[in-house]
Amino acid sequence: MPSGFVESLYVFVLAGFIGFEVIRRVSPLLHTPLMSLTNALDAIVVVAAIVIAGRQETRLSTLLGAIAVAASFSNMVGGFLITDRMLRMFKTSRPKKS
Amino acid sequence: MTAFTAGQLIDLAYLVAVALFILALKWLSSPTSARRGVLSGEVAAALAVIATLYNPEVIQYKWILIALVVGTGAGIPLGMVHMTAVPQRTALSHAFGALSAAMIGIAEYYVRAPRLTPFAMTEIALEVIIGSLTFTGSLIAAGKLQEILPQRPITYRGQNFVSLSVLGAAVVMAVFLIVHPEYVHLFPAMVLVSLVFGVLLVTPIGGADMPTVISLLNSYAGFSAALLGFVLNIKVLVVAGALDGSSGFILSVIMCKAMNRSFTNVMFGAFGQMQTPAGSAAAERTVRSATAEEAAAILTAARTLVIVPGYGMAVAQAQHKVRELFDILTRKGVDVKFGIHPVAGRMPGHMNVLLAEADIPYDKLLDMESVNPEFPQTDVALVIGANDVTNPAARKDAGSPIYGMPILDVDKARTVMVIKRSLSPGFAGIDNELYYLEKTLMLFGDAKTAVGEIVRELAGGGH
Repeated sequence: MPSGFVESLYVFVLAGFIGFEVIRRVSPLLHTPLMSLTNALDAIVVVAAIVIAGRQETRLSTLLGAIAVAASFSNMVGGFLITDRMLRMFKTSRPKKS
Repeated sequence: MTAFTAGQLIDLAYLVAVALFILALKWLSSPTSARRGVLSGEVAAALAVIATLYNPEVIQYKWILIALVVGTGAGIPLGMVHMTAVPQRTALSHAFGALSAAMIGIAEYYVRAPRLTPFAMTEIALEVIIGSLTFTGSLIAAGKLQEILPQRPITYRGQNFVSLSVLGAAVVMAVFLIVHPEYVHLFPAMVLVSLVFGVLLVTPIGGADMPTVISLLNSYAGFSAALLGFVLNIKVLVVAGALDGSSGFILSVIMCKAMNRSFTNVMFGAFGQMQTPAGSAAAERTVRSATAEEAAAILTAARTLVIVPGYGMAVAQAQHKVRELFDILTRKGVDVKFGIHPVAGRMPGHMNVLLAEADIPYDKLLDMESVNPEFPQTDVALVIGANDVTNPAARKDAGSPIYGMPILDVDKARTVMVIKRSLSPGFAGIDNELYYLEKTLMLFGDAKTAVGEIVRELAGGGH
């Protein structure tokens, strides 16, 4: 078992707990923006895609990497955009506290 | 003391990004801070992408730049879609996320193969199987939501056996590759079979189960990204994947609870064909139908109104008419609120987004737990295009297929008005006894037209 695996497992378990605690507190009102925001955050796989596409190991890996860059970057751009558009629509009828 | 290496600086940038990701989700807990969350996520993503471009391993930028331009070109229109198209857009973005994760896994396999340890092969195989099935599964879900594919469950005899055999075949191939990494040609077959399984997995699932399915696919897309983080040993992917995966998982659990069903039942139950409608004798019962004029008179006399929207409102795009109704009644002094069931619509939070788009203040949108205690003091409950989530049989009739499902207790209001196209039963094929109650008035018609007519009556009779 490579040593990196155990480290990753630590990170995964801790992030899973944090995710659970933080996301549990998101109001059902915002469940759709929650899904589009986590989707945009998940598009961070673009960093792995950039390395695969830019390492120039084989023609295939460059091609697959470039497809992955395009797919995940469109999620990143589109995900943040639509989340912000949705959240801008949520207005309260109560006067703002200042 | 030596300066940081490029690799260490990139790692530090990733660490900052991870912290900002968690803050982004934390700020999403309330509508007042939520937009700060988006900004935090954007800063994190930009930081991580820029840092990666400085990675010394990256020696060729041409394809990266082309792909970034293509990605931006596809992302902007996908971010600008109309709010009614948000469910299919979301399914499509799960597909893209999974596609990306699968492509990277496949590329990594061909770079390393056949010199792969059994451990590394296990990670890659698992990652590529989940990524591939999530890709096609999400495409099917998006097709159903866009109504390119039929929304009804598509089922046939022995379906579960066939589907599970296909998944089994993918797993057997993966195990074979782990034991014999030299059979490189088996890998594309494993990918292909996983893609087929994704199609088989989602095809039998009906439109009304989409909130659960879309959440589950969300969770799979997240976990495939996390697995990719394991394969490539990049911690920022592990964290982002774990956050996305747990978010999807939590939403799936909430959706399942709201339907009183288990994951296995949603995935393999094909609700639509499971039951035959129990009460065909119910056809003899009578309903009271009302005109828009009568409805307007009742609404004018009411002091409290709870509107219960469902998928029918989304289909008819009636949210702007509903907003007019909300405005005119609020001006007349009626206390108008909305009661929103967790599975109303086609994805978690679907109704909230549509009503927010129509400028209805979010403090008037109440979830099931908050609104149910209010029904006994409510003069009128107005159901617009919702069915099973209001069926009192879920509370009373132990023989009903939806028995035990938490519902909105609209039948406890003094008067119930239902806007519905016809008396046809909901997706579960169950008759709704709500429609036959003494206090229930039915307004037959398209949600947008019917609400529009009530608004016209209210406006006309107001002076």
